[in-house]
Amino acid sequence: MVGLVLLAGACRQDMHDQPKYEPLEASKFFADRRASRPLVAGTVARGHLREDVHFYTGKSGDQDVTTFPFAVTREVIERGQGRYNVYCRPCHDPTGYGLGMVVRRGLRRPPSFHIDRLREAPVGHFYDVMTNGFGLMPDYAAQIPARDRWAIIAYIRVLQRSQYATIEDVPADKRAEVKK
Amino acid sequence: MAQIFHHSTNTFSKLSIFGAVFILALLLWLFGAFSRSSYATQAGVDREQPVPFSHAHHVGGIGIDCRYCHTSVETSAVAGIPPTKTCMNCHSQVWNSSPTLEPVRESFRSDRSIEWTRVHDLPDFAYFNHSIHLKKGMACEVCHGRVDKMPLMHQQASLQMEWCLDCHRNPEKYVRRREDVFKMGYEPPADQLAFGLHLVKEYKIQSRTSCSTCHR
Ligand code: HEC
Ligand code: HEC
Ligand code: HEC
Ligand code: HEC
Ligand code: HEC
Ligand code: HEC
Repeated sequence: MVGLVLLAGACRQDMHDQPKYEPLEASKFFADRRASRPLVAGTVARGHLREDVHFYTGKSGDQDVTTFPFAVTREVIERGQGRYNVYCRPCHDPTGYGLGMVVRRGLRRPPSFHIDRLREAPVGHFYDVMTNGFGLMPDYAAQIPARDRWAIIAYIRVLQRSQYATIEDVPADKRAEVKK
Repeated sequence: MAQIFHHSTNTFSKLSIFGAVFILALLLWLFGAFSRSSYATQAGVDREQPVPFSHAHHVGGIGIDCRYCHTSVETSAVAGIPPTKTCMNCHSQVWNSSPTLEPVRESFRSDRSIEWTRVHDLPDFAYFNHSIHLKKGMACEVCHGRVDKMPLMHQQASLQMEWCLDCHRNPEKYVRRREDVFKMGYEPPADQLAFGLHLVKEYKIQSRTSCSTCHR
């Protein structure tokens, strides 16, 4: 009797592992063994048609755009700062000089964001680098949603400005604090 | 008729009736201890992986943020395991001839997924969602432990219902500021309870213990 009860207690695996797929579970049905199916090429989810060319490609015609597709507010910059520190800092370092931890472990050093060419580059160029990659730099299209890519650019502009700030940029009433 | 049992067996039978309570209690306790043991819950057991991926190297050593790889953790139920492309962002250049990383390169060339061994796996009748826990100030570290010190991933908590409920009943014991949820090696303030109660109010954390929260 006790044996039977214990046996019955052991038969619970079916409810623990039900015949449904959890995300990323292996599948015996599909040839590539992926239960999470890759999208069929050309699929567009409802409401996600990329009509806004400026927003999704950072280009107008074949020129990089020079303006942001939405207003840059304090929240956008803060969002960009957070995302920059997650996705770019490992290589570009927190200030953008290109000496991140991975570079110190052997990756090719990326150019500093503070060279004239990149300070003058249009925002669309940065968007393009993140979306399509650039030389040895991998693309981040799959990891970072479009809006966050723009937010990161806003933050890079802040970084660039920060390295060339003059005392004129400090509000008059705060100058005494800075000079200390 | 002569008595079969000697008079002294009376004490024996009394003792054993009395003792049965203890024996049952002992059995129950053993059962409880067993089902909470790391043998039954698999907590603390390192898993073999097809590639010896080390969080200690990548998180502790290089300082990569969790979200670089577990991109969907803030926005969806599942944290997600990174695709091979994410590894290749760096490993197309760094250690790009290391034999340890051959399965990663092979996966990238052939477009076949690396089959990681699952470490955390709730039974399918329990529902869990990462995004709400992060929004309400529950840190990776509280549930997954010092990931930045794990050469191979293991499960830290028991993942049993009583573990979930302990926190759902008293979230103030664990809550942090939202900025700190990705931090490893966080030191809770000395007055965690008071601070926690304050955050519980600020983040409007409710104590969710109804069965349908998790069994839906
Ligand atoms: C895995 C390391 C790595 C990460 C992470 C990384 N980059 Fe790069 N980046 C590079 C390398 C390497 C180059 C140099 C590419 C070359 O010249 O071939 C580069 C170059 C660049 C350039 C300069 C392109 C030019 O015109 O010369 C920009 C802009 C840039 N990265 C932006 C970013 C942004 C924004 C992020 C975060 C979303 C980021 N990178 C994350 C490695 C990285
Ligand atoms: C460089 C990419 C990378 C980073 C950064 C990273 N992880 Fe992971 N993580 C992985 C990979 C790959 C796996 C699957 C292999 C394994 O389980 O070790 C994984 C597995 C896990 C698992 C176990 C999944 C399971 O099977 O149950 C947890 C928990 C986890 N990571 C938490 C974290 C936390 C917390 C952080 C941040 C402190 C983090 N990871 C940062 C790549 C990463
Ligand atoms: C942001 C860059 C970066 C990413 C992304 C990354 N790695 Fe690494 N990885 C490194 C660096 C740098 C080292 C060298 C570690 C050191 O020197 O401490 C390394 C080391 C390793 C090693 C040890 C190599 C050896 O031969 O001992 C393995 C295994 C590894 N990584 C696997 C992975 C896997 C699997 C992924 C994808 C989930 C991944 N890495 C993603 C940067 C990265
Ligand atoms: C409240 C507790 C809790 C917190 C906080 C938490 N996790 Fe988890 N995590 C779990 C549980 C429980 C599972 C198992 C889920 C399942 O089996 O369905 C899990 C599974 C995972 C997995 C593997 C499966 C998946 O969902 O993709 C990864 C990776 C992971 N967690 C990473 C993280 C990271 C990174 C963080 C912090 C940003 C984090 N977790 C915060 C409890 C937590
Ligand atoms: C460290 C604390 C902690 C742990 C451990 C924890 N939770 Fe939670 N959980 C919370 C908090 C806080 C909330 C948010 C409650 C609220 O305000 O709605 C929450 C919310 C939830 C919700 C969403 C409720 C809803 O209405 O959408 C689910 C589902 C859930 N938890 C499941 C679990 C499961 C399953 C486990 C165990 C595997 C678990 N949690 C472990 C703290 C925790
Ligand atoms: C916070 C989330 C949560 C809540 C609330 C919750 N449960 Fe659970 N429950 C779980 C998890 C997670 C497990 C799986 C534990 C394990 O794997 O050992 C579980 C397991 C169980 C089991 C055991 C099934 C088995 O085969 O071991 C039963 C029975 C159960 N729950 C009933 C209830 C009832 C009844 C309630 C309401 C009073 C409830 N649960 C509320 C998370 C929850």
